[in-house]
Amino acid sequence: MAVRILPRSPLLRYLAVRLALIIPTVLILVTVVFFFMRVVGDPITAALGGRLSPDQLAARRAAAGFDRPILNQYLEYLGRLLHGDFGTALTDRRQISEVLVTNGAATLELTVWALIVAFAVGVPLGRLAARHRDRLGDVSIRVFAILVYAAPVFFLGLLLKLLFSSTLGWLPASGRAAPAVALELQNVTPRTNIMIVDAILYGDTGNIVDVLRHAIMPALALGLLTAGVFIRLIRINLLETMRADYVMAARARGVSEAKVVRKHAFRNALVPIVTVMGMQIAMMLGGAILTETTFEWQGLGYMLTHYLLARDFVAVQGIVTAIAVVVAVTSFLIDIINALVDPRVRY
Amino acid sequence: MSADALAGPGKAERVLRLARLSVSFASDAGAVRAVREAGFEVRPGEIVAVVGESGSGKTVTLRALLGLLPSTATVTGSATLDGEELTSLRGEAMRQIRGRRIAMIFQEPATSLDPVRTVGWQVCEALHAHAKISRRAAKARAVELLELVGIPDAAKRVRSYPHQLSGGQKQRVMIAIAIACDPEIIVADEPTTALDVTVQAAILDLLRDLRDRLGTAIVLITHNMGVVADLADRVVVMYQGRVVEQAPVAQLFAAPVHPYTRRLLAAVPHLGQGRSADVDGAATVAGAATVAGAATPSAEVHDRARTGPLVAASNPAAAPSAAGPALGVQNLVVDFPGHLGSPNVRAVDDVSFSIAAGSVLGLVGESGSGKTTVGRCAVGLVPATQGRIEVFGTDLAHASAGTMRDLRRRFGFVFQDPASSLNPRASVASCISEPLLVHKIGSDASRRARVIELLDAVELPATYAARYPHELSGGQRQRVSLARALVLGPDLLVADEPTSALDVSVQATVLDLFRDLQQEMGFACLFISHDLAVVDLVAHDVAVMCDGKLVEVGTTAEVLGHPQHPYTRALLAAVPVPDPAEQAVRRKARAQLLASRMGGGF
Amino acid sequence: MSAVISAETTGLEAPPPRRRGIPGTAVLRQTHGLQRGILIVGLFMIMVFVLVAVLAPLIAPYGFNDDRAHGVIFGTQQAPSAAHWFGTTVGGQDVLARVMFGARTALEVIVLAVALSLLVGVPLGLVSGYIGGRLDRVLVLITDALYAFPSLLLAIVVSIMITGGRSTPLGGILAAAISITVVFVPQYFRVVRNAAVAVRHEPYVDSARITGATPTRIMFKHVLPNVSQTIPVLATLNASEAILTLAGLGFLGFGIEPSAAAEWGYDLKKALSDATNGIWWTGMFPGLAIVLVVLGVTLVGESLNDVLNPLLRTRGGGATTADEAEVAGLDPDGSLLDPEVAGLGADGKPLGPDGDGLDPGDAGPGAAEEPA
Repeated sequence: MAVRILPRSPLLRYLAVRLALIIPTVLILVTVVFFFMRVVGDPITAALGGRLSPDQLAARRAAAGFDRPILNQYLEYLGRLLHGDFGTALTDRRQISEVLVTNGAATLELTVWALIVAFAVGVPLGRLAARHRDRLGDVSIRVFAILVYAAPVFFLGLLLKLLFSSTLGWLPASGRAAPAVALELQNVTPRTNIMIVDAILYGDTGNIVDVLRHAIMPALALGLLTAGVFIRLIRINLLETMRADYVMAARARGVSEAKVVRKHAFRNALVPIVTVMGMQIAMMLGGAILTETTFEWQGLGYMLTHYLLARDFVAVQGIVTAIAVVVAVTSFLIDIINALVDPRVRY
Repeated sequence: MSADALAGPGKAERVLRLARLSVSFASDAGAVRAVREAGFEVRPGEIVAVVGESGSGKTVTLRALLGLLPSTATVTGSATLDGEELTSLRGEAMRQIRGRRIAMIFQEPATSLDPVRTVGWQVCEALHAHAKISRRAAKARAVELLELVGIPDAAKRVRSYPHQLSGGQKQRVMIAIAIACDPEIIVADEPTTALDVTVQAAILDLLRDLRDRLGTAIVLITHNMGVVADLADRVVVMYQGRVVEQAPVAQLFAAPVHPYTRRLLAAVPHLGQGRSADVDGAATVAGAATVAGAATPSAEVHDRARTGPLVAASNPAAAPSAAGPALGVQNLVVDFPGHLGSPNVRAVDDVSFSIAAGSVLGLVGESGSGKTTVGRCAVGLVPATQGRIEVFGTDLAHASAGTMRDLRRRFGFVFQDPASSLNPRASVASCISEPLLVHKIGSDASRRARVIELLDAVELPATYAARYPHELSGGQRQRVSLARALVLGPDLLVADEPTSALDVSVQATVLDLFRDLQQEMGFACLFISHDLAVVDLVAHDVAVMCDGKLVEVGTTAEVLGHPQHPYTRALLAAVPVPDPAEQAVRRKARAQLLASRMGGGF
Repeated sequence: MSAVISAETTGLEAPPPRRRGIPGTAVLRQTHGLQRGILIVGLFMIMVFVLVAVLAPLIAPYGFNDDRAHGVIFGTQQAPSAAHWFGTTVGGQDVLARVMFGARTALEVIVLAVALSLLVGVPLGLVSGYIGGRLDRVLVLITDALYAFPSLLLAIVVSIMITGGRSTPLGGILAAAISITVVFVPQYFRVVRNAAVAVRHEPYVDSARITGATPTRIMFKHVLPNVSQTIPVLATLNASEAILTLAGLGFLGFGIEPSAAAEWGYDLKKALSDATNGIWWTGMFPGLAIVLVVLGVTLVGESLNDVLNPLLRTRGGGATTADEAEVAGLDPDGSLLDPEVAGLGADGKPLGPDGDGLDPGDAGPGAAEEPA
């Protein structure tokens, strides 16, 4: 049995098992993406078909190895992935790994901004709603949560643009920074491509303000969507734990209501909340694609749309695969947090 | 520490007094009155038992004292503690009462402790709630309290999480939390219902000890008349939200006044008054139960039959069968795979016994003893890891699919939980007739007739055929379960705790029915139960399991009357009987038994 | 004994009406107050959506791809007017017409997607959950991986697979529906499988097994009916996600060809640059349409969930009303059987779930047993 190779401590054993689970998860996703995208034909024809003669296409296919058996290609692709080689885009010849680093930084920045919004809005409102169950406060918060869920990010983005950009003129409609600022920030060393970090490194307040002003609307659009999910999640789980026996037991020993909620109900509710939140962070990457397209935020999602429209499926496959890895790693991180929150996992 | 409480009998004005207390719940169909003008008193240092069956309002009454009812509840009438009205207290004023003056212990220790906090943290929380006390002092006090309630190695245990403790230990922690602030009254809501009988006895001892040492009054909510007889000074009987009778414990048991109390007491099975008292077991006819596997008799088993075939109480309805025992279990071992990375769990360890055609074997043991697994193994729900199971002489492990099908026609199974043992989406008729359908027996009409016949046999009206399980009461559902198990006219019935989810009075009627049907139809039965008194009523023979091993087997009279194995003795001694005088004697005997075992163990 | 039994059954002579008939009305009856209001609003919104979708060719002022009527060109980006209530798009089509026909597209895709995912996900989950073993483990691993993956990305990948990145006539509605199906199958699978695993060990399933019933019989007679109650909630909630995914695909240019059908996401994409120029009507109306439909479906889903999901109920049922009648039945003269106490309404119907909570702590004496 595999029992022997596992560590003795339950916590380490748990983490080892979880870590080991990343491998099949990533493998499954990579495989699914690879075969789904290849089932219809080779990427060269898709990208360049019509623009090159059949002979030229065949030559390019042979050069890229797309004429060999699909299984060979698959294994070779896996091998290259292991070395961090995601291939080269067909249309603009960029290294995909370079795209991942440069544009990935932009996506990371957007995601962090959005998470800040989601937590700042979602957590307090969710708790408030649970505290005032079925009263006016609860109902209005729930309607808000459903509304931000029901509005697609790009529609919310469009509304924000209409209001703050074209009507009020307070905020820039798109991009990550004004062209002049972006140009200036190119000279920062070390350049992180995370605009706000670059701006701080550059050290000009005007630049920092400009970068922040550009971030507000995308962060709101993506963050509010996630906040809606957080509100519902926290409310339901808090209501659930508020009915637990240990909550009544705590009340019966004279613990004040505020403490009962804070120390018992919320802490216990965190266990399921953390799990779903982790999944939600992965889902945010999907929302990021739409947000980035809406605000021309040059992150991975923006690039993905760009390559999709250009039918550059090598690039698309690379980016999607990278996102799969991020998803798997995120879920592992969530497992670690879960172990910190829930002693039943630790011991 | 509790000078106040010990101040002596002179200060009798310290009292909890309920007067015309009513509670109703708002619901879709209007107000439902759960408690109707209940009234009783609790004096210092007194143990008052509030008894009643489901829906009697006993829990609601006492939760109302601490304002722990849901917001749909309306409380009227009065409940005073030293003259202070409790029902009108809100917020901080009520918080001052909770835990400091009236503390509470709940039924389920497993869910009443916060799983993500250490037990020490939770005891400290109770201390901090009512006293300005430093963290260090609180921690030291927490260790003291845990020691006081008998948690071994308390200094280390304060850092444990609830899931690392056993059920009995968890309940001890709950008690430690309850006494943390020296309350005048502890309300204990079914404190031992979720626990095994030996653990129950220990917890009851602890409660009695705390009352004696700290002078705390205890209000004990329970349905178990044995527990009442063991612990209570005075008894309040509740029925349909009303207090129907209150009396000192001896008087209540000796001369119950209200008809409901009389009914309730009559329905309680009394250990030692069932089959164990019928005959002296050393007599009579056919070999009903023998310890099989004579080749490798388990050393632990107190085999009364080593010198020859075991003689057991006979069952006149059953003719001795030539085909051998209805169920033969030989050296049965069942392992369950452990969780990822942990070793397998041995649920059943080398168990052998047999049941003769037409006789009833009671299989008893506490939770985790493996008795349920044995039952599930016997009908092929769980595969045996080692050993043989023979049903009517056929080895289950090697039976072909066809033989197995034929065999299945010959057994029935009754489950513990009447709520989940019937498919909620199927009518009573289709539940009962399913075995007929599966085995393609009869026509639609004959099946319908058979359903009616069985409904009649389990004493339910024929109109019930069209009903759905959720429309039935627990006892009615268990009757339907029994009908389904008997529809094929089985020769072997396995009943797994068939009455333990039922109220006492309902249990009595279902047990009566079971006995009648068994006499009439003459099926053999493996009757699994944790309740020795119930087994005493129905079983011809008894087998006792402990930690997966069979420790003793014999006739009911022998095993329950003259137990040989120390575990059986401990188990028997721990059962509280519903008779205060007898129970007082038994309690002393148990204390001696425990004292004599100190150091030795088994 | 028989006297006891007859008393036991008093008050239950008339069998309570079974919960049959149109599911919506049954659910509606179980709701009250605010919840009922929410449910009715949601149902109303869905009704309007369905009506508009079905009747679009009759009630829309123009065709969805028309840029002229009777030879008169509409003009591009015209503000709302009497002729064009919602204005015209950058392509010169009538916004109102496109919004109405967009409802048609959305409805077709939702129905197809939900039906397809039910057809695949439910049997798969049922078999996997009930049979268990290695097949189950592999399927769980795969669906978990797919489930964790951003659904929009998955839909894009599938859409590429189906259409080969080229637009085909079929690539329209069916392709979008299949893409969404692939996203949802893991969800149905998980829910049904988990429910099946939970039900698999219920005593009534064991009891069928002891009887010798075949796995197929057990799965369809005992497991499926008890699993199926989770499906309406899931289907409703998924329908709203389907609309959002469809719009997302359209927004990224992966949905339906604009000349083949009107699609809200696509229109929003086209309206994006308008917004920068202060032209609000091209994006506002398709966007509002999405919000309203998703809102309506979500409201219904949430209400269904509140009603059908016992976890969210005020309290899970312990003793039933019949239990109280049973205990009451033991009274010697039987006269104490007061219908109110026994928890029976005036019509002899047992109380709803809230009525079960008479005595919260008084669960019967249950004995803990070893895990099987």
